[in-house]
Amino acid sequence: MFTIGLSRIELITLFGSVLFLGLILECVRRQRLKEAYSLLWLFTGIAFVILSTWHESLRILSDILGIQYAPATLFLLLMIGIFCILIQFSIVLSKRVEHIKNLNQEIALLNHRVEKLEAQLREREHHAPDNHEPQDHS
Amino acid sequence: MNLDIDVSKICVIIPCYNEQESISKVLDDLDRYLHGATFVVINDCSRDNTIAVAMASGKAEVINLPSNLGIGGAVQTGLKYAYRNGFKYALKFDGDGQHKAEEIIRLLEPIVQKKADVTIGSRFLDCSHGFQSTALRRIGIKIFRLINSLLIGQWITDNTSGFRAYNYEALKFLADKYPAFDYPEPEEVVLLGRNHFRLCEISTPMAARAGGTSSINAYQSIYFMLKVLFAVFMVALRPAVRRR
Repeated sequence: MFTIGLSRIELITLFGSVLFLGLILECVRRQRLKEAYSLLWLFTGIAFVILSTWHESLRILSDILGIQYAPATLFLLLMIGIFCILIQFSIVLSKRVEHIKNLNQEIALLNHRVEKLEAQLREREHHAPDNHEPQDHS
Repeated sequence: MNLDIDVSKICVIIPCYNEQESISKVLDDLDRYLHGATFVVINDCSRDNTIAVAMASGKAEVINLPSNLGIGGAVQTGLKYAYRNGFKYALKFDGDGQHKAEEIIRLLEPIVQKKADVTIGSRFLDCSHGFQSTALRRIGIKIFRLINSLLIGQWITDNTSGFRAYNYEALKFLADKYPAFDYPEPEEVVLLGRNHFRLCEISTPMAARAGGTSSINAYQSIYFMLKVLFAVFMVALRPAVRRR
């Protein structure tokens, strides 16, 4: 029977990670997700593909970090990834809030200007009706 | 009091949120004491008739924000308007009737005489003055007095006062950099102090609001207090963007 040296759980994680990466890439391709905001997701996905295929890496990493139960390292990495993504969200959100505030202010100021200009125009038309007759340019 | 000043160079910014009961008296008073100046009502999506009342008075320019930005965002809109339309002096004046129009000249005096860049109307310089806010607010006011004064090295008694006047330099700076979120008065003091603007307080009485309701309740006060306190420290930690 054909074996690729992966246990069932490794196969499942690999499958899951690849599916996840595919989903992110597809979203970017369909322009539902901006490249800039997909990078952190992609890095997290790639890290999971590596950890699920190269089994030793998880053990080595756990040893370095002094974690005895290797899957805990997986959770740790996942948490770090999600944290980074959430912080990025908050930053993006704050920037948007600033932009929206500025746009609101600009719209208000422009509306006011347009209304004033319209009023001036009406006034001018009202006071000088003669100027509105078609002129002969020939 | 006579002050040698071109009134047409003054822009009074009046942020309004549901002030239909007080706005017309506010505009009448302003017109009486500062006739010839431009009054700009920034209507921050009021749900009452503030727009109609302000427009009907014929005394003010009315700018309508398309969505509710809060007092800070409204004030900044006014500052942008004043700066872009070439005004030399700007004033911030509440639409609820707590500020007194007859005090404006006193507020402008140090600015016109070039003794200060920004003046703040203070309820606390002279404690015999009437209305001084509710008990809970007074605690917050004391905290800001201590912290802000330490942060900018100048004793400012009324950091939450919204009654302020600006010269052109300050107007130009704030049109761009105004801390426009939530309740920015204390933050504004630290921002200005840290950026080497000369601040000066003028003792002025204030009235309790003439109509409408305050925009914050007790729980919100505590939240905003903490939020603004944090913001004040953050402003102090940032490098100054303007040199002396």
